[in-house]
Amino acid sequence: MWIAVVTITAIALAAGLLLSFASRRLPPNDDDLVATVNGLLPQTQCAQCGYPGCRPYAAAIVHESEEINLCPPGGKETIRRLAKCLGRDVIPLKASTQTRMSDSVAVINEALCIGCTHCRAACPVDAIVGAHQFMHTILAAECTGCELCLAPCPVDCISMKSAA
Amino acid sequence: MSAPTFDLGTLHGGLRMPACKDESTARVIQHIPIPTQLVLPLAQHAGEPAHPVVSIGERVLRGQLIADADGMISAPVHASSSGKIVAIEQWPVSRRLGENAPCIVIECDGLDSPVQLSEPIVPFEKVDPESLLQKILHGGIVGLGGAVFPTAQKLMAATAESLEHLIINGVECEPYISCDDVLMREHAAEIVIGAQILLHALQLDHCLIAVESDKPEAIHALADALTELQDSRIVIKQIPTIYPSGAEDQVVQLVTKKEVPTGGLPTDVGCLVQNVGTAVAVHNWINDGEPLISRVTTVTGDGIAAPMNVMARIGTTIADVVNFVGGYTDRAKRLIIGGPMTGKAVSTDRVPLVKATNTILVLSETPAVGTEQPCIRCGECAQVCPILLLPQQLYWYACADDEAKLRSYGLIDCIECGCCDLVCPSHIPLTADFRMAKARMRELADETARAERARKRFESRTVRLEREQLQRAQELLEQRKKVQKAGPQAIQEILERSKSKDNSASEKDE
Repeated sequence: MWIAVVTITAIALAAGLLLSFASRRLPPNDDDLVATVNGLLPQTQCAQCGYPGCRPYAAAIVHESEEINLCPPGGKETIRRLAKCLGRDVIPLKASTQTRMSDSVAVINEALCIGCTHCRAACPVDAIVGAHQFMHTILAAECTGCELCLAPCPVDCISMKSAA
Repeated sequence: MSAPTFDLGTLHGGLRMPACKDESTARVIQHIPIPTQLVLPLAQHAGEPAHPVVSIGERVLRGQLIADADGMISAPVHASSSGKIVAIEQWPVSRRLGENAPCIVIECDGLDSPVQLSEPIVPFEKVDPESLLQKILHGGIVGLGGAVFPTAQKLMAATAESLEHLIINGVECEPYISCDDVLMREHAAEIVIGAQILLHALQLDHCLIAVESDKPEAIHALADALTELQDSRIVIKQIPTIYPSGAEDQVVQLVTKKEVPTGGLPTDVGCLVQNVGTAVAVHNWINDGEPLISRVTTVTGDGIAAPMNVMARIGTTIADVVNFVGGYTDRAKRLIIGGPMTGKAVSTDRVPLVKATNTILVLSETPAVGTEQPCIRCGECAQVCPILLLPQQLYWYACADDEAKLRSYGLIDCIECGCCDLVCPSHIPLTADFRMAKARMRELADETARAERARKRFESRTVRLEREQLQRAQELLEQRKKVQKAGPQAIQEILERSKSKDNSASEKDE
């Protein structure tokens, strides 16, 4: 019996040492981790987290230990996935008026559009087509519903519509 | 003459269920007279809905195209009788998703005048397979076994594969449904000719007609038709009566001993399956020029006064159909479109009969299902699963929303036959849970794909902005260099020039 106990204990100890060494001395490749975290974010690129897009936010989470509860479009589900991936605690979403925005798309009222290109520059996924002094339009299939184009419009001709 | 039962593959599990078909097969198919109003949904098939090509107030004739196919996978819709288009509007329909769908409403004039055929009917043997497939495309024909996949697209996709058999599916294993049975009894010749047309279109020379052993009349009728038509390419295969042997992949497994691979199609094992009703529809369109505007439907259940099979125009409302068969009985409680296992309950009989409607089932009260209790891991569900899945494991993972596990345990392959529900001693609604889990998985996959595209677009935009910024900086640098190279004298000249411009401008103002 003692032989068995000693053997198993020795194996457990050796495995424990090996694992702790691996986790301390062989940190995961940061770039890979950023890509993984980025993959868990909803990619609306809405910048509500305070970073200029999903990837910058992912980088901040990994490199600057930024909180994982800053993404309103992702909501609870994204927090849960991030917590699981990074081994952090699940925390409630930081208070925000926004809910899931990815269900809606921006629509330009073409009668009002003056062709200023301000919204085109603001779109994080290049989903707005238009040229100076020509009417603009939004590619509904590519729009993530981030609402970043609403503020720059000088004539308030962009509104959000349900995608369905 | 009868077909021998021999040389069959085996099917795991399944259930022997009470057939409940005798009431409806006692009578021959009854033709329902043309109703006063027809309601034709634009989406009666899998794929993209058709788009209307008629306008309100227009007069249409029987067989006239009223909505054309739209997109890669779609089928046209034809007027089931002559009359006037009175509306194109939302109407209650029987669908898995949503209650209402856009429909074309025709007020029938009762004359039933047919439309002039656009091209003369030629014997199908004289038409080359390619044009035959094109012709089938315009007949509005969809798979009448239940999936309503557009037949022409299915055939065209199959021609790219190396095929061995055409299988005509006359296996109707779900209780109560008997429309295919009576169709085989009364229209055996049309089925065989339909099969010949399909063989010609696919350039195949082997066809199996699969029929269950509990349909001796149908087998007789088919055998007689075969003897009369002298076609040795077509063989009848009798298969055991067990639910769900009529599902597409299961039929293939039974008659050819080959299992359709995960996520694959019967064409992967060299088979193409078509329902007997589809074969008749192909015959009617190619040989008689009549598109798919009517079908045989079973009207049955203990809530129906006189259960029977009826030949109804597509678009007839369920209320009209039920009136024709003598109305509801006092016990009628639930209206189900489709069979008891795979059908869908609807809340109103205003819904129209569509291409997919094989059965109108009216039952009395809900069967006494016990309350749901915890799983006791008895394993009964795994015993009956026809595709060898482990429903109890899938159930845990569906509850835990564990997508990776659901995927590795093959939830995608579940055919939603409902066998596991029936045998579960804890009365767990397994199939409903699996349907929901599948829908969630699809949604998640859609979302992931969308996020992936947005990510790529964002990244390429970031790269573009950086490149533009770099370019601009470069340009500025070069300009500055140019000016420095030209020396102070050049700068002086430029300043003077601008000064004189200013002076002339101010002179003008004065």
